[in-house]
Amino acid sequence: MAQKTYAGIAVDVNDEGYFTNPSQWTKEIAMEIAKEEGVVLTEKHFLVLNYLRDRFARGEALSIRGINKSGIVEVKDFYQMFPGAPLKKSTKIAGIPKPESCV
Amino acid sequence: MSTEKTNPVKKVSIICSKGTIEDVYAALVMGNGAVMEGIECNLFFTFFGLEAIMKKRMDKLHTGVVGNPAMRLPGGSRMPTWLGVIPGMEAMVSSMMKSQMDKLDVPPVSEFIELFVAGGGNLYACKLAADMFKVTKEDLSEHVKGIITVGEFYEHAGGEGAHIIFT
Repeated sequence: MAQKTYAGIAVDVNDEGYFTNPSQWTKEIAMEIAKEEGVVLTEKHFLVLNYLRDRFARGEALSIRGINKSGIVEVKDFYQMFPGAPLKKSTKIAGIPKPESCV
Repeated sequence: MSTEKTNPVKKVSIICSKGTIEDVYAALVMGNGAVMEGIECNLFFTFFGLEAIMKKRMDKLHTGVVGNPAMRLPGGSRMPTWLGVIPGMEAMVSSMMKSQMDKLDVPPVSEFIELFVAGGGNLYACKLAADMFKVTKEDLSEHVKGIITVGEFYEHAGGEGAHIIFT
């Protein structure tokens, strides 16, 4: 298992850079991963990140549809907040594994 | 470096020519999956595929139950063709398909189209098919960008790392 250092803390990641131990995540770490991904985090980003972490902790599958129904963010804004590949990028910054959903 | 990394898919144009639940969802899953990966996507609906973007029909699609040798009964045995002709069988199978997809968090067609468009995807209808079936812009979802010719489709489909898929 690989390790990466964010904000002075070594964290466990897989070969794609996704966290394998979400409990190692902090806000400061998120800001550094976001910088790598070219995203500047705002309060709203953190609402989304916390939502994703919550769902993951409850063992629920993540999907674009779920995000749309979450009431936290509209899909259109979600795409703008995490440009490129939103679900992959946001989960990476949220310190949780890459989602396996096709929808 | 592998060619997958050096020549990634950057744009995909998907043609949906059939109007059954499974054909339409195949196109929508591919299309929505593309925008989720940051790949530019056009979905072009032609012939019976037009049903998928017609306001009054998009959420009432059916699965064909006759002449589909891969159709299985609950339990796994093959569904004989004669069973498919029983009145109500197509509706029942179609509603089973929809409920199974709902369990997997696959949205109804209208909602799926909204997600796709919110992600930056483009929807087009085929002019020839629209003329043939007497379908006008008013019949179509507000998210459809236009009724276009095959020539215009190819113009939209161009670009580096661009691919076309026919379903």
